[in-house]
Amino acid sequence: MATAERFDPYVYLRTKKKFPAVWCAGCGNGIVLGALIRAIDRIGWQRDEIALISGIGCSGRMPVYVDFNTMHTTHGRALAFATGLKLARPDMHVIVVMGDGDALAIGGNHFIHAARRNIGVTAIVINNSIYGMTGGQTSPTTPEGALSTTAPYGNMEPPLPIAQLAEAAGAALVARGTVYHARELDQLIERALLKEGFALVEAVSYCHTTFGRLNKMGTAVEMMQALKDNAVTVEAARGMTAAQLQGKIVRGVLVDRDIPEYAARYQRLIEAAQASRLGALGHNER
Amino acid sequence: MAVQLMQGNLACAEGALAAGCRFFAGYPITPSSEIAEHLARRLPELGGKFIQMEDELASLAAVIGASVGGLKAMTATSGPGFSLMQENIGYAAMAEIPCVLVDVQRTGPSTGLATSPAQGDVMQARWGTHGDHPIIVLSPSTVRETFDLTVKAFNFAELYRTPVILLMDEVVGHMREKVELPTNPEVVQRLATDVPPEWYYPYEDGGADVPPLAPFGTGFRYHITGLFHDRAGFPTERTDEIDPWIERVTAKIERNLQHILLYQQDEVEGARTLVISYGATARSARHAVGLARARRHKVGFMKLQTLWPFPIDAVAEAAQGVRMVVVPEMNLGQLALEVERVVGRHKVRRVGRANGQMITPDEILAAIEEH
Repeated sequence: MATAERFDPYVYLRTKKKFPAVWCAGCGNGIVLGALIRAIDRIGWQRDEIALISGIGCSGRMPVYVDFNTMHTTHGRALAFATGLKLARPDMHVIVVMGDGDALAIGGNHFIHAARRNIGVTAIVINNSIYGMTGGQTSPTTPEGALSTTAPYGNMEPPLPIAQLAEAAGAALVARGTVYHARELDQLIERALLKEGFALVEAVSYCHTTFGRLNKMGTAVEMMQALKDNAVTVEAARGMTAAQLQGKIVRGVLVDRDIPEYAARYQRLIEAAQASRLGALGHNER
Repeated sequence: MAVQLMQGNLACAEGALAAGCRFFAGYPITPSSEIAEHLARRLPELGGKFIQMEDELASLAAVIGASVGGLKAMTATSGPGFSLMQENIGYAAMAEIPCVLVDVQRTGPSTGLATSPAQGDVMQARWGTHGDHPIIVLSPSTVRETFDLTVKAFNFAELYRTPVILLMDEVVGHMREKVELPTNPEVVQRLATDVPPEWYYPYEDGGADVPPLAPFGTGFRYHITGLFHDRAGFPTERTDEIDPWIERVTAKIERNLQHILLYQQDEVEGARTLVISYGATARSARHAVGLARARRHKVGFMKLQTLWPFPIDAVAEAAQGVRMVVVPEMNLGQLALEVERVVGRHKVRRVGRANGQMITPDEILAAIEEH
């Protein structure tokens, strides 16, 4: 876009006193943050219209850095706070960023029901397969057999498939990207932001500080390389067998369907309730 | 408004609407469900929003989210759900988000007796969430008072930017009484800021105890967190920012006790015995006091409507010169602990019960006549 104004990230960042970020050097969280503000910039939304809500963990610190209406809530509950805000202010663009432990362990119930209701919230789950902030404990997406500080003999539990869960629960849009494929992540988040209804983007990332070190996976660069090597597009995945897809990250838009959004439906319910009440009053008067 | 027969839970719901409540999020639980059921029908008629959430954790979270969006918001529950709400009571206290929680108490602990009354959540209402925090807790004993105190709860929540808990009980919640509700109760609107966004600090307002809370999406972009925060709302670990916050949120309640502490008392002057009660038990206590006075006992009566902050000075003054203070309550002495703290342990006669049965006037009368 040669004629368009150059993208200026500083418009969206609270640069004055909030940086450097708490995240480790090499963390994927900054890439997700970058993708989010690039997507918002491309859409052209105003900062006043946007709320960014988070829970607890490394991802929970993201709202501090952006100049929107921002709220850092309790562990796992970000989607429930967002549901209240979206219902109160259907005109606002409500975005929730969570980690895998935040969204799927302590917040798993809220995740399912936010998707089921199809509340108009964009949910970004940064999946790094571990509890990073607390020092590398097993999360619901830790691979079976991997080491964590609470699974010193290897994780016994199978990981929870985030995208399939959101699809089964009723999300309008489900997408998956990686922090290696940053430009694609911009586009996936943009699609999710523009979708009416509950839109999930799983941003596959890594934690070289805890998970990577425990499992001898190398530096951030090497873990990034692994994302590049293991990810396949949705289109490519269609031509692959289950055996070939083993251990692969399928990236792209996985589900996109039109389902009436909850807050908009509630607005119609209000109109109907008020009309029938007025009707009832009229009837009584007669 | 006309005289009508009304249930306590309905009076609570109507009180909320009269106070301007336009958002309710909750999860079904006996004996509070009528509040949710009534608001599910009434709120959309008034342009408000009702949502049944997946649990009580989410219910209070949604309430706080809606309040941040500018709506007066409430949830209602009972003991087991109230336990789950503790985490976000702390969040609302820390972030200073106005909201109202109704706890129609039933017998606990745990599932306890789902349809039987209790007053066992008095201490949980004060100290249930972790850490020191301000809180206001009100408790009604009649249907009309339920309406009035629900309105007050919203007013206090907005005036002091704090969660306010209305402690009802199964008796008051399910009881039906003849009431005439006020048509225009005094309602406090949320304080609006008069500064431009670039001057706005959500946690500081030139020395005022309660800075105005600008709703999200109105041009004031700021940060809200459950971490300790500076005046702009951003996380801090600096004690020179944390201490003033603690001081201010304590002061915003302490400096307004005259307004917040609600109680009724009669014939406390010259009394030899003082009966202090609240909630449904105050009804038995009131009757017992009448019986005792008929037998020429000098008995003062004090009904507390504000339980927290505890009306220390009022209780001390009312108890001055009495030989005994009788504290009947449907628990094993939770508020009696506070009374003992104020008047001394030797003076207090607890009349407690936690088996789901009301305390009868005869039992209270026996305690009055014991010495």
